[in-house]
Amino acid sequence: MATATFRIWRGNKEGGKFQDYTTEVSEGMVVLDAVLRIQAEKANDLAVRWNCKAGKCGSCSAEINGIPKLMCMTRLSELSLDLPVIIEPMQSFPSIKDLVTDVSWNFEVKKKIKKFSPRKADASDGTWRMAQNDVNRVQEFRKCIECFLCQNVCHVLRDHHLHNEFIGPRFFVYSANLEMNPLDTQDRLEQLKDTQGIGYCNITKCCTKVCPESITITDNAIIPLKERVADEFYDPLKKLIRLFRKKK
Amino acid sequence: MVECQRYKHDVLVIGAGGAGLRAAIEAANAGVSVGLICKSLLGKAHTVMAEGGVAAALANVDDRDSWKVHFADTMRGGQYVNNWRMAEIHAKEAPDRVRELEAWGAVFDRTKDGKILQRNFGGHKYPRLAHVGDRTGLEIIRTLQDHAIYLGIDVHMEFTTVSLLKDGQRVIGVFGYDRERGRFKLFQAKAVVFATGGIGKAYRITSNSWESTGDGHALAYQAGAELIDMEFVQFHPTGMVWPPSVQGILVTEGVRGEGGILRNREGKRFMFDDIPDIYKNQTADNEEEGWRYTQGDKNARRPPELLTRDHVARCIVREIKEGRGSPHGGVFLDIAWIKERIPNSAEHIKRKLPSMYHQFKQLADIDITKEAMEIGPTTHYIMGGIRVNADTQMSTLPGFFAAGECAAGINGANRLGGNSLSDIIVFGKRAGEYAAKFAKEAGEGTIDEKEVDDIAKRVLEPFDRSSGENPFQIQRDLQVAMQDLVGIVRTQKEMLTALEKIEELKERTKKISITGNREYNPSWHTTLDLNNLLIVSEAITRSALERKESRGGHFRDDYPKKDEVFSKCNIVSSKGFDGKMQIVNVPIPEMPPELKQVIEENK
Repeated sequence: MATATFRIWRGNKEGGKFQDYTTEVSEGMVVLDAVLRIQAEKANDLAVRWNCKAGKCGSCSAEINGIPKLMCMTRLSELSLDLPVIIEPMQSFPSIKDLVTDVSWNFEVKKKIKKFSPRKADASDGTWRMAQNDVNRVQEFRKCIECFLCQNVCHVLRDHHLHNEFIGPRFFVYSANLEMNPLDTQDRLEQLKDTQGIGYCNITKCCTKVCPESITITDNAIIPLKERVADEFYDPLKKLIRLFRKKK
Repeated sequence: MVECQRYKHDVLVIGAGGAGLRAAIEAANAGVSVGLICKSLLGKAHTVMAEGGVAAALANVDDRDSWKVHFADTMRGGQYVNNWRMAEIHAKEAPDRVRELEAWGAVFDRTKDGKILQRNFGGHKYPRLAHVGDRTGLEIIRTLQDHAIYLGIDVHMEFTTVSLLKDGQRVIGVFGYDRERGRFKLFQAKAVVFATGGIGKAYRITSNSWESTGDGHALAYQAGAELIDMEFVQFHPTGMVWPPSVQGILVTEGVRGEGGILRNREGKRFMFDDIPDIYKNQTADNEEEGWRYTQGDKNARRPPELLTRDHVARCIVREIKEGRGSPHGGVFLDIAWIKERIPNSAEHIKRKLPSMYHQFKQLADIDITKEAMEIGPTTHYIMGGIRVNADTQMSTLPGFFAAGECAAGINGANRLGGNSLSDIIVFGKRAGEYAAKFAKEAGEGTIDEKEVDDIAKRVLEPFDRSSGENPFQIQRDLQVAMQDLVGIVRTQKEMLTALEKIEELKERTKKISITGNREYNPSWHTTLDLNNLLIVSEAITRSALERKESRGGHFRDDYPKKDEVFSKCNIVSSKGFDGKMQIVNVPIPEMPPELKQVIEENK
């Protein structure tokens, strides 16, 4: 049977190093299969986070030959096996151990976004009416599996570490999903502008490129939110009207 | 005394899939303090894997639907050994629970008049499954998660629960460790809710993730709670079979709901050959009628591909065994054929079944809009679990509740697709409600510190051995044994062999040695999970030996027919005073006449 070598980062927040493991590979295998085989046969304590192994839970995010991907959806046939396959944890989050990172910041960020607040029900039985056409866009955003690969690749977080001023692509998608939900009555634009740093995004679209769910993050979520913020706070005509209103 | 961090909550929920989240929300709304323990990260639990939809008689697509038809369908699907009271509550309350999700932000697919759309599914008489493409589980877990995070619930992620703690018979907390650092933690609570999911990892071919190791079943059993119906394991008819590394990954029943058909290698649609008598009235007898049903014709009956999962799985096994299987040991599931019937079929399929399209394209190089898929049965769900009171979800131990897959009763011998997403929100809510009520009325119990010390010692034992067995290998050996000996088709001889194997594996488990330290160490986790899997496997096997008939998910080659005697009882497994597993038949309570009439009216 054919074999391949995997160069896996082993360590924790104090530091670590790459270690090579050679294991058998077979048709149809994905990177996660190789990692789990190495774990079962050669390195029982190799830490890796995974659940569904079908691209639905977003747990096994990592960087494979430098590219952020889900390990469960990356087939070995896409990679050159002549050289060792390099597998590292996501680089924008603190290390816990081996391939596992501390993504808890994301859970804290979400709590600060104003929650969904629906309008009064349309029908007497407490239900609403919405056309499919009006929810298609929101449904795109709701495909998100929270793998945080978009957060990992965004330079505002990865290189500039603005975690306190910027919520990252995942939470712009989350905000857009709420803002564009036909039932929602909440206004999140001021938050997006003042404390969530939507202005920092300079639409390099790295997040869109790595999204395993193919959500058009930049074009469909971030840019429309930027436009709404600009409309609300930077439109000169609106500013003028507001000024006069205040005087009265 | 062992060093551990201590926490106190009124209600402690173990498990953060749909049932656990729904329970936590309900308890928090009742004004008690709530702790929520996740085995993985929040939002990653197995609920995300549910695809096809959530069953609720909203009657948005077909106004003939009602709770009565849903109840009758659930009982028929479960072959009448269900807890009828649970099936009744479930059918009555599911619509409200689904509508509530919309109020919390879920965005279901819509009908033309703007209501929640519903689709056809196996065993459901009318289109009943509210859905979002084929990612309904993700929608539900995310909605519950995003609702729960604003309610002041304390969430503890990546935590392994190793034991329930009791004061007398009453459950008063749990002990375990956080996986990140391996530190012990003790949670004291006035009421504990288990929503720990399933047992799929007892089998080699499964749609379940590494988490599904029957922790809740086994810990409840160890603490003295009763398990019921453990012989009823659901083998979903359609899992991927090729390539080998994806074997078992689920292919949603929604494919068949949208018109997908099953064919053998000769190209024959074999499901028409074997339609059980109790479904003859409701099943199409020709291809044309079946197609019309999937396209919403209210006068057509459903195609045989949408018979219950137990039956479809057995028909597939028969085709394979008799040499009519596909090249990689499955059969063909074909949705591409609908191009003969509708224009733009490729777009239609991609819109209705986006994850399936994606999954096959990416993992198997198959374009499902052009070619047939190869599929075969995969271990999917356990109908059996912790025995609970239908109304309160309290187990046989005071202060200890269970909901979702780890609880039992609603599904009887076979679960209908879509009934688990509704089960988790209906009974998750009830478990949270009654756990909060219990907590408000109960005092604090007293922790037995010596017991805690003993548990901690036992948990750390494998670190003391410098060489020994590999836990991953033992888990593999158990999965192979269960797959081969207690799988879809069972016999007494093979199951007795399985029991011997389980005993051998228990001995080997005592010799496991663990490399590395306590921090995020998968070999340690696997070792502890293995103890749970062994208990669950034994319960499945012993219960299956006891039920000397074939019913629902339980099929015995040596007793291939249904037996009237077993139609009136459930099989209970519990831990005897001698520490050995005891198996007892308990009679099913008589169904009240009004429910009997509902079943009669819907025959």
